[in-house]
Amino acid sequence: MPKLHWEDFKPGDVAVYGPRLVTREEIVAFAAEFDPQPMHLDEAAASATLLGGLAASGWHVSSLVMRMMADGFILNSASMGGPGVEEMNWLKPLRPGTQIRLRATVMDSRPSKSRPEMGLTKLRYEMLDEAGGVVATMVATAMFGRREKAAS
Amino acid sequence: MKYFEDIRVGDRYALGRHTFTAGDIKAFATRFDPQLFHVDEAEAEKSHFGALIASGWHTASIWMRLMVAYRRREMDVARARGEPVAEIGPALGFRDLKWPKPVYVGDTIDYASEVVETRASESRPRLGLLTVASTGVNQNGETVISFISTTFVERRPGK
Repeated sequence: MPKLHWEDFKPGDVAVYGPRLVTREEIVAFAAEFDPQPMHLDEAAASATLLGGLAASGWHVSSLVMRMMADGFILNSASMGGPGVEEMNWLKPLRPGTQIRLRATVMDSRPSKSRPEMGLTKLRYEMLDEAGGVVATMVATAMFGRREKAAS
Repeated sequence: MKYFEDIRVGDRYALGRHTFTAGDIKAFATRFDPQLFHVDEAEAEKSHFGALIASGWHTASIWMRLMVAYRRREMDVARARGEPVAEIGPALGFRDLKWPKPVYVGDTIDYASEVVETRASESRPRLGLLTVASTGVNQNGETVISFISTTFVERRPGK
């Protein structure tokens, strides 16, 4: 399969990646290392919090979005990294045993002004559970190499 | 954690430092962000970064770890004084996250957060919304991460 370049992402394009199973073990492992709050570690303690039961750290959710982007298209692309994330909303607790999918929609595409070999692609991501409920949304810009450099 | 009513815009939390090792960087990236410049030194040298760099999500996750540890120290102090401790979380999300410079192996990042907004929750009268602006700065004084995040904080009981 040829590598994806900036030219291959057109505004309006939609793709769905996954599914990926999120286990209790990985929720607790991430939390133990990076976000050791009871609501991410222990069912009994979590049930007393607003989450109403064990759920993944928001940063785990974000990291899973990254992994699904990587497996979905980044690893097969001329990715040049990302300058940041416009916004991320953790809308719904991500529970153990959920099969997640990632829906990616291309929102905007523009060439880099300073680097003729690069283009910028703005995407909106939605992490979905089995029932189609939106667990999280993210809007971020990715940098990709161009198939053909712009004339400079 | 302080109760919502005791938190002021401008309050600053010095969260401490973390030094990123090659092992750390590759372990995180293997799980969540296996792009070659995060998992393979030789390939990273050939990339436009020039050397192995941490996933931006790793840099962010370390902020969370240091924030949780900071809150725990605050809680321990409050409990030792016999003061009640406010519940915090969950977080709602973040915006304007930027990674202006890469984090390379051996970089030491100094993290801090500052309160930029507090407001009552309309849907949950027991809770307030706390918004902080956070940064991570490397040993050369360069910002490697910045973002603005919002979380629920418990209000003082009886108000």
